[in-house]
Amino acid sequence: MTQINRLGGGQIDRATTLRFSFDGKDYTGHPGDTLASALLANGVRLMGRSFKYHRPRGVLSAGSEEPNALVELRGGARQEPNTRATTIELFNGLFAKSQNRWPSLAFDALAINDRFSNFLTAGFYYKTFMWPAAFWEKLYEPIIRKAAGLGSLSMKQDPDAYDKGFRHCDLLIIGAGPSGLMAALTAGRAGAQVILADEDFAMGGRLLSETAPVDDAPALDWVSAALAELSSLPNVRLMARTTVIGAFDHGIYGAVERISDHMHTPDEGKPRQILWRIYAQKTLLCAGAIERPIAFENNDRPGIMLAGALRSYANRWAATPAQRIAIFTNNDDGHRTAVDLHAKGVKIAAVVDVRPDAPSSYDFEVLKGAQIVNTRGRLGLTFAEVKQADGSTRILECGALGVSGGWNPNVHLTCHQRGRPVWNDDLAAFVPGRDLPPGMAVAGAALGEFSTHGALKSGAAGAKTVLGLKGRLPKLPKACDAPVSQTAFWYVEGCARAWLDQQNDVTVKDVKLSHQEGFRSVEHLKRYTTLGMATDQGKTSNFGGLAIMAELAGKSIPEVGTTIFRPPYTPVAIGAFGGRMRGMEFHPTRLTPSHYWAKERGAVFVEVGNWLRAQWFPLPGETHWRQSVDREVRQTRASVGVCDCTTLGKIDVQGTDAATFLNKVYCNGFAKLAVGKTRYGLMLREDGMAMDDGTAARLAEDHFVVTTTTANAAKVYQHMEFVRQCLFPGLDVQLISTTEAWAQYAVAGPNSRRLLQKVVDPAFDISNEGFPFMACGNITVCGGLRARLFRISFSGELAFEIAVPARYGDALMRRLMAAGEEFDVTPYGTEALGVMRIEKGHAAGNELNGTTTALNLGMGRMVSKAKDSIGSVLSEREGLNEEDALLQVGIKPLNPNDKITAGGHLMAATGPIDAAHDQGYVTSAAFSPTMGSMIGLGFLKRGADRQGEKMRLVSPVTDLTVDVEIVSAHFVDPDGERLRA
Amino acid sequence: MIINHPLLGPRDSAEFIYLGDASLIDRPDPEAENRDQAFYEYAYLRDNPAGEHRELWFHEGGDRSWLVVTRNTVTHEITEVEMARDVARTRGRST
Amino acid sequence: MHDLTQITALGGSDAETFSVAGVTCREVPEVALAAVAARMGKESPTRAAVKKAIGADAPDIARFAEASLCAFWTGPDQYMIEAPFETHEDIAAHIKSLTKVNASVTEQTDGWTRFDLTGAGVRDVFELLCALNIRDSQPGSAQRTSIHHLGCFVLCRAEETFSIYGPRASAGSLQHAIHTAMKAAL
Repeated sequence: MTQINRLGGGQIDRATTLRFSFDGKDYTGHPGDTLASALLANGVRLMGRSFKYHRPRGVLSAGSEEPNALVELRGGARQEPNTRATTIELFNGLFAKSQNRWPSLAFDALAINDRFSNFLTAGFYYKTFMWPAAFWEKLYEPIIRKAAGLGSLSMKQDPDAYDKGFRHCDLLIIGAGPSGLMAALTAGRAGAQVILADEDFAMGGRLLSETAPVDDAPALDWVSAALAELSSLPNVRLMARTTVIGAFDHGIYGAVERISDHMHTPDEGKPRQILWRIYAQKTLLCAGAIERPIAFENNDRPGIMLAGALRSYANRWAATPAQRIAIFTNNDDGHRTAVDLHAKGVKIAAVVDVRPDAPSSYDFEVLKGAQIVNTRGRLGLTFAEVKQADGSTRILECGALGVSGGWNPNVHLTCHQRGRPVWNDDLAAFVPGRDLPPGMAVAGAALGEFSTHGALKSGAAGAKTVLGLKGRLPKLPKACDAPVSQTAFWYVEGCARAWLDQQNDVTVKDVKLSHQEGFRSVEHLKRYTTLGMATDQGKTSNFGGLAIMAELAGKSIPEVGTTIFRPPYTPVAIGAFGGRMRGMEFHPTRLTPSHYWAKERGAVFVEVGNWLRAQWFPLPGETHWRQSVDREVRQTRASVGVCDCTTLGKIDVQGTDAATFLNKVYCNGFAKLAVGKTRYGLMLREDGMAMDDGTAARLAEDHFVVTTTTANAAKVYQHMEFVRQCLFPGLDVQLISTTEAWAQYAVAGPNSRRLLQKVVDPAFDISNEGFPFMACGNITVCGGLRARLFRISFSGELAFEIAVPARYGDALMRRLMAAGEEFDVTPYGTEALGVMRIEKGHAAGNELNGTTTALNLGMGRMVSKAKDSIGSVLSEREGLNEEDALLQVGIKPLNPNDKITAGGHLMAATGPIDAAHDQGYVTSAAFSPTMGSMIGLGFLKRGADRQGEKMRLVSPVTDLTVDVEIVSAHFVDPDGERLRA
Repeated sequence: MIINHPLLGPRDSAEFIYLGDASLIDRPDPEAENRDQAFYEYAYLRDNPAGEHRELWFHEGGDRSWLVVTRNTVTHEITEVEMARDVARTRGRST
Repeated sequence: MHDLTQITALGGSDAETFSVAGVTCREVPEVALAAVAARMGKESPTRAAVKKAIGADAPDIARFAEASLCAFWTGPDQYMIEAPFETHEDIAAHIKSLTKVNASVTEQTDGWTRFDLTGAGVRDVFELLCALNIRDSQPGSAQRTSIHHLGCFVLCRAEETFSIYGPRASAGSLQHAIHTAMKAAL
């Protein structure tokens, strides 16, 4: 298959042939090609269909600003829609399809839209699809959904991996064209830590596309030498294929590095892309300039492209869209394209220059003071219609047209922190404004220095200034210094179907319509017409749109201004933002010390925050979780059960003022807690709401171990440090978390003491007299291992919690199971734990829901009036102490087979069911094997006075109404006899 | 953002947890006569300026120090970073 | 002597090792740790106690000091003492006997897991793990950072040797993160 439009030269490796397929046809290309350049070389101009009108489109540019040539790259799970053919590095076996057309690119049925363009103008969807109302959901929406969008997703999991990375530098240089390379040499030679990043796979910027010499030799020679020197410097880091996507606060930049996109498949273990966080002391933006087109009637046909791009394809990629081309320009740069293409043997039909004083040429015809007023060639340009200076018409036969409206400095990143560019009359372009992101400077064409010499000098000077380097500028290579002039000529008079935003199909006519309908702000122009809102974010169209709008409004361009530029600079795969945070790696997994034992035992696990906790331990033959959970509850209450409660926060509180400190953070008193005793503690927020509860065990005069709920461990620690450092910095108290350092197991049930006596060393008396309810202490177990014992009970049974250093936790659990065999010991999980605490009436997270106070929890008297503590003042507010305040109660169904639902609301037995008659709500519910029915805990107005009252529990959302009785929250052992056994 | 920790130098703000206005340091006197009003204002009223703001950050991913950061809420420029404990002491807090 | 066997943070009886392209990651379970926090007004005697414990001056901010034992800085007037587990399982009691009431001492041995990374490409691996300026991290530095949402310490023992301390319960996640970064970076 010959590449019919391949030219000579170029930076492609002709020694290697690559095979690729586009829309089912096979082609060949070479390393160094992009998909776009290879398609052009193969004579393919038609590459896509436009969004709204489905007009045939070809490639407009040679870079990431491309609006038209969007393809679906790859198939299967790695299929990626809306990929720009101009930035896809060709690889062997590349497979791509065009988008937004059916059944084919050459024949697209939806091109019918183009005929109805009068009805599909800007904002048409605000004016249509309203009647009849019923048609919206059934007809209009499905049709619009099918027609909308560009590419399609594979709907499969992305099999590739993405990494997050972190780099630091003294100077981040964005763009490796002449200014960036010169800046890197200047800074690198001075010893600064430099990162030079470029979105392209080859560094050199515009020098890769130009034939003008540097230092009297091909520009590429200078580029190679510069890169070789930079590679040799250990303090310089070259990052090609890296797009700096955003300028964030304080010198933090985001950059996406494409590690594997140029390969068929990533290598084993390698990510597809890396999202770098670059911490830059200083930044030099050398992002160059982006060419802007001129709008004219039917300016969007395949083969019509930016003149600078035409030049890039010819010089860098040795490809041309046609063997006979024309140029339409308002400046000298357009002529360069004609010169370069002519040198490669391409026929120049003419250069159409709007300026009456345009330069002449010996090699081709220049039509001065002329304009292109129309074009023909539906699937590819065939000829252009010229209105000449004298008013006569001329037809130019050509298969491609290079349009040059001038160059726009690429100021995008200078505006990421709400800066605005400023208008420069001399350049007829926007240049960087004064309020740049702190630490950023600009150089080269991005600053408006359009000549090569200007760019080189600007890059060196920029690096020197921004780093504060002393001494002279390095010697600059010789380069073209011709002044660049651009004229203000944005569109051809009288054009209507002249495209501005080719991706969103926005025309000059749409901008005029928008103005006519009263949208005067440039931000409104954008949203109403959608100009600049596609994946290219209007890089080649924003300017044209606001220039025309300025004329219509009778304003100057700077008066109209630009819209806001936001990150990312070019589209970023969501996967890159996610990095490794997928599936099991979404967050770290915390395993308890008994985890491996529990797994062997067949436990079913549940995620509690980042922890995996055993939820229940099914025995062979048990098929439903209730069988296991009910059994664990019964067995624990009948004999003994063991539960891993390591996950509850443990905070070591030490210091001479440790007790005083606890008095501040707990609403109840701790100053008089004796050594060797534990006490339940309730922590309030400063607004009086209950925040967390737990226990504090006094192991010594100056040493407490405080527990928190699992969910609030980190929050409570943070709060305690706040109280320590910011509120009471004069207290001598030190805090440290010990949650993971100690394995801690609850041993509960009538036989719990007997079981523990088999592991606790005999020197320690854990009888009821020697170790009464709420005792605590340092002990040893199993022949001398240091341990801690706390006689506290969440289940309401006679219970203890035993702690050993976590590395021995596995062995201790196995020992407890072995020693407990004679008592039919059962391990129990979080479900049984929950059932038992509900049976006992213990508050947990559901009850401490951020809106409840100590009073609501039935602990009103626990808030000490004898001392100050966090939350005590505001807990006394009238509104929190009304006569009909909610109080914690128990709820029982009248029919033992009925369901109690947490979240259900309590209503009187008769009367309306509505918010006005709401009496309270259920917070926790479970089936109680002890009670033989479901039970619940909840809050009820004046709950203490309503024991025995019959009410209705309602859940309108789930259509539930149940007759219930209000009972004491303490279903099991209300007098606490078991606890004190 | 970068917070210049007085002891550890420049750190990514991702290492910190933001709490709020540094006025939280000035917890009212629970014995004072106007304590109800004072605590209500302390818990609920804030100035929320567009401009310089002194605020509390907890170095959760670092040395667990609380810091008082002076930051412009519009430009994000941070002009001062102090150990909150020092600020608290200067503001008369002790036991 | 008690008869309970220990397991590593990864749930095994032996430490695990993993190598990619000349960089090795080795689990180090045989470490005892104790946190030391000076009490109010007792900063100086605490530093003296630390010096006695390790045989070198107490470390400066974000540094570690090492002679007979090692200590790294963890916060204002706060240190972590590191010692061989085999000989110093009772590290908390031992350190407390030196600080006495001048400091609060807490056993931290099983709150942490440690992985040592060695090899020429080790800094490339760190670039994919945490935000530290690893190129600037010199031997003797002890920095706090976050690795995949885990609060860790990173100690630079030598030009090509680093220790990572991470929370013990997340040892599996931390090891996975390190291994993944090794395969990606090297």
